[in-house]
Amino acid sequence: MSADANTLSYEESAEDQHNAQSKEFLTIIIAGQRFGIPILQIQDVLGEQRVTKIPLAPPEVAGSLNLRGRVVTAIDVRRRLEIEPCNGVESEMGVVVEHENELYSLIIDKVGDVLRLKNENFESTPPTLDPLWRDISSGIYRLKDELLVILDVPKFVSTVHL
Amino acid sequence: MDDLISEFLTETNESLEELDLDLVNLEQNPNDEDLIGKIFRLVHTIKGTCGFLALPRLEKVAHHGENVLGRFRAKDLEVTPEYVTLIFECIDCIKMIVADLESNGSEPEGDDSALIEKLDAVYEGRDGQDSGDGGSEAAPKEESKASEKASEGGDNITQAELDALEEAFNSTEGPVNFAENVAEETAPEPEPEEVKEAPPPAEEGATTTKTAEKSVSSQSLRVSVDVLENLMTMVSELVLTRNQLIQILRQHTDSEFTTPLQRLNHVVSDLQEGVMKTRMQPIGNAWSKLPRIIRDLSIELNKKIDLEMIGQDTELDRQVLELIKDPLTHMVRNSGDHGIEEPEDRKAAGKLETGTITLKAFHEGGHIIIQIIDDGKGLSNEKIKAKVLENGLATQEELDEMSDHQLHKYIFHAGLSTAEKVTAVSGRGVGMDVVRTNIEKIGGSVDLKSVEGKGSTFTIKIPLTLAIVSALIVESSNERFAIPQLAVRELVMASEHGDNRIETIKGAPVFRLRDRLLPLISLSDLLQLKSVDDETLQEALADEHENTTATPNEGAAPIPVKDEISTPNEDGVPASAEDRASTPSNKEQVEKPETDESRQREYIVVAQVGTTDFGIIVDRVFDTEEIVVKPVAKILRDIELFSGNTILGDGSVIMILDPNGIANHIGQIGAADEAEANVQEQQLETGRRDKTSLLLFTAGNNTPKAVPLSLVARIENIDVAKVERSGDQMMVQYREQLMPLTPFDANVQIPENGDKPVLVFTDNNRSMGLIIDNIIDITEEHIDVQIDGGQSGLLGSAIIDGKATDVVDVGHYLQSSDKDWFKDHDDDPFGGANDENGKPNGRANGHTKKRVLLVDDSPFFRNMLTPLLSIAGYDVISLESPHDALKMCDTGAVFDVIISDIEMPDMDGFEFAEKVKTDTDWKEIPMLALTSHATQKDIDRGMSVGFSNYIAKFDRDTLLDTLSQTLAENQQNIDKNAQGDAA
Repeated sequence: MSADANTLSYEESAEDQHNAQSKEFLTIIIAGQRFGIPILQIQDVLGEQRVTKIPLAPPEVAGSLNLRGRVVTAIDVRRRLEIEPCNGVESEMGVVVEHENELYSLIIDKVGDVLRLKNENFESTPPTLDPLWRDISSGIYRLKDELLVILDVPKFVSTVHL
Repeated sequence: MDDLISEFLTETNESLEELDLDLVNLEQNPNDEDLIGKIFRLVHTIKGTCGFLALPRLEKVAHHGENVLGRFRAKDLEVTPEYVTLIFECIDCIKMIVADLESNGSEPEGDDSALIEKLDAVYEGRDGQDSGDGGSEAAPKEESKASEKASEGGDNITQAELDALEEAFNSTEGPVNFAENVAEETAPEPEPEEVKEAPPPAEEGATTTKTAEKSVSSQSLRVSVDVLENLMTMVSELVLTRNQLIQILRQHTDSEFTTPLQRLNHVVSDLQEGVMKTRMQPIGNAWSKLPRIIRDLSIELNKKIDLEMIGQDTELDRQVLELIKDPLTHMVRNSGDHGIEEPEDRKAAGKLETGTITLKAFHEGGHIIIQIIDDGKGLSNEKIKAKVLENGLATQEELDEMSDHQLHKYIFHAGLSTAEKVTAVSGRGVGMDVVRTNIEKIGGSVDLKSVEGKGSTFTIKIPLTLAIVSALIVESSNERFAIPQLAVRELVMASEHGDNRIETIKGAPVFRLRDRLLPLISLSDLLQLKSVDDETLQEALADEHENTTATPNEGAAPIPVKDEISTPNEDGVPASAEDRASTPSNKEQVEKPETDESRQREYIVVAQVGTTDFGIIVDRVFDTEEIVVKPVAKILRDIELFSGNTILGDGSVIMILDPNGIANHIGQIGAADEAEANVQEQQLETGRRDKTSLLLFTAGNNTPKAVPLSLVARIENIDVAKVERSGDQMMVQYREQLMPLTPFDANVQIPENGDKPVLVFTDNNRSMGLIIDNIIDITEEHIDVQIDGGQSGLLGSAIIDGKATDVVDVGHYLQSSDKDWFKDHDDDPFGGANDENGKPNGRANGHTKKRVLLVDDSPFFRNMLTPLLSIAGYDVISLESPHDALKMCDTGAVFDVIISDIEMPDMDGFEFAEKVKTDTDWKEIPMLALTSHATQKDIDRGMSVGFSNYIAKFDRDTLLDTLSQTLAENQQNIDKNAQGDAA
């Protein structure tokens, strides 16, 4: 849970080999809710960035930014999930993912730990979940004292529409 | 080796590698339609190309393989491991032939009938494993002889048999008689040991392929576009880092880093340029194999086809080029195959026997347009309808409602081909949908226009993506945007007061631009940019003031996410919806900051799209920059106002405005013709008032100076630091040329650093810059030079805008900066000065120029010729009618030459000349007739009344030549007469 997550790197550990029954996720926190993103889909984690607003873009598109010469589209996850925007108390971070050869930065509140989760703890999305959330999650992991909603990155990105 | 073949080999080897992987994948995911489609296309491409390269053996194998894949694609054959193995065999056979081709330059001898037989058996559904009854439906038209043989084999093809056959393939080296081998190997009992033995020879085969590959690839280096793309990205990063370093260094003068950094600077610039260059290629490269393809096609199909190519030099980003290469080939092939008719049909239709396919490439409005035009039979609506119905893509009712254009679009649909026969060339419906997918992949579009019986035109429009363009960076509501320079006509500064103000008609802003009404659109309204809250605004303003000297770009730094999120109410959907509803109140908000000190001025970017002009109101204008256009993210592609985005030198991302999109948005395209008509009308009107557009500026002292705007090519701000000196002459590198700079006069102060406005005059690739102090305005006035000041460089003084203004003699500066300036015209307007000193013609004011009287009733020509003659160094008086001229004669005015129009109301040129030549003081003055059309009779009559020559109105060079010649002759006559008198 380091604030300076710019340099976070995840190296494959020897555990990987004998741990085929589990997957690694980066946890992110939005409005107190913990989400997980498959670690292999993550390109980068960014601190606060200079973002250029894009006029006429969908409201959840926060703008675009420059990541080492590539243009990254920033998506405000709070707005995408229809969560009230926070009032700037917490710092903002961006998790960069790639979808169809394009980079997207998911603007979130905080980055949490990287968790290795066992497949047996995985459950599909409950049908009672808010349809909006159900659309963008691929399932839920039961953690000890909370639930981790897994973000389906391709779905999440491709359902942003004008 | 033939270029075409070697290119084919490299391409095919790549495809084959891909195929291996894809087939393995297919085995695991037998229902992956995309994958089947991809494999099908790869094989199809190999087959198609072979056909043109005359590689019959390869083509045959690929063709039969494709047949089977076609059934997979049509979903009437299930993908089973057995079938995949069979396809593998087919691929291996292709590999073997290709390897041989690579090493020997020709196809190996050999017989693939056993393989083909098996492929056909599957294709025709005789292998017993066929689950569907589609076989009869998709029955092949060829190879019917195979069926007898196949019926014996029937459902006997087993895994063992296939393995054995595979082994037979693997163990063969080079040309081999397959039939024999297969016959031996297809023993009913499988022999597992043999199968185990198979791998080693297979490896051997692989190595031969590799070595052969090396031999071809050593001739040229194929670099993957990704590598270049990566390189480009890294260079961009490097540039940014360098810029930061330079910034830091500016604060430390006399640092030991200065010299190395300077060197780094140069190297990085060169590197950037080099990398950029690697990406640009003329489109001709993609066309080079088309003539051959068309030639072969015309022989094969017995047609007569001409291929015309226009615009080969149009440069394209290599990535785009690579991606459109195949679609283009496909489309040209299609045009030849489906479009152009047989010679007999063409004759019957009253066309030339030879059909023409025209390929055209050009830039238009920031896009690259490629057109493929054929004069063939066009698309048949009936056939498309039938096909669409057959494929269940639409109902009869829907079809009836459709326009031709909508109907034609169906040809881009997968699986639809209107070719009646499935030929080796086309007809499988694989072409056009691939074309469309590939073009759309790069953000382009493809469209077609077709008239049945007349021909078709396919238009591929590729946006600027990836290309490098020069763009103007502007700012509105603290956000920066780039406007492609191509669309920008001029920049106008509008002030709140005075003549240059923006007026509104029921809220719609308009601007009077040289007596034309220019519709305006505010960028901040257009993009619904909200006025930022006061605090942010103040901050931004403070920034702006701070940074005006150092880095103006920084002032417009985009607000960090934090701010954006913390002011949520301004950003949300509801807010923007509100904005649209309550425009008036929002407008007030927007206007408020404008009353602020820094917002008193607005800039209008005058843009042109097609024939439509409109102005975009922006807050600030920065520099023009060369930008690398990057496509916008897919989720933003629907915003038509942007054509891409880019990363600026300071690392920030900005959006590139699409002038076409803006024009569409304000709904002006439709009114274009009207606008054009208006323009012409207005131009005439403008002329009638007989005013000249003048650029007002100051230089040296405070007296305003005026120069005709038509003479000014550009107004530039030139960085004084970039000015170089050669002797006494200042010069600057401008558009890759050296441009001499002349200060307006000695009083113009040139500071040590900073920018200085420069008026650029251009003629025939030559430019000169006149250094001045400030631009005041552009105005339209009748120049009435009242006081003829003796100062060189000034024509005199006139009242302009209510102030005494010096009218600048541009000719003087052109002459002084470049002695050769008038050489082209073979005339020396200033040379006659000495001769004239002795003449009693009242040139007491020291005027040394030849005086020309221009009489023409058309204000347009007066306006056109007056500056032309002034530039050439003549002193021109233009009058509307001969009556005025005669009056002027009575007042005693003297000219060196009179140029007169012929067709004029009241008194025509002939009459005028007669009058002048018979009883005025001007009878010695040579007269030139100016006319737009002259018959010999007219010329004779003209000569008889006293004109010394006839000049066509539009022929500028002849006019100048004749003028100087006439003057010289006249001078000689005068001299002679003077001598005669003396004698």
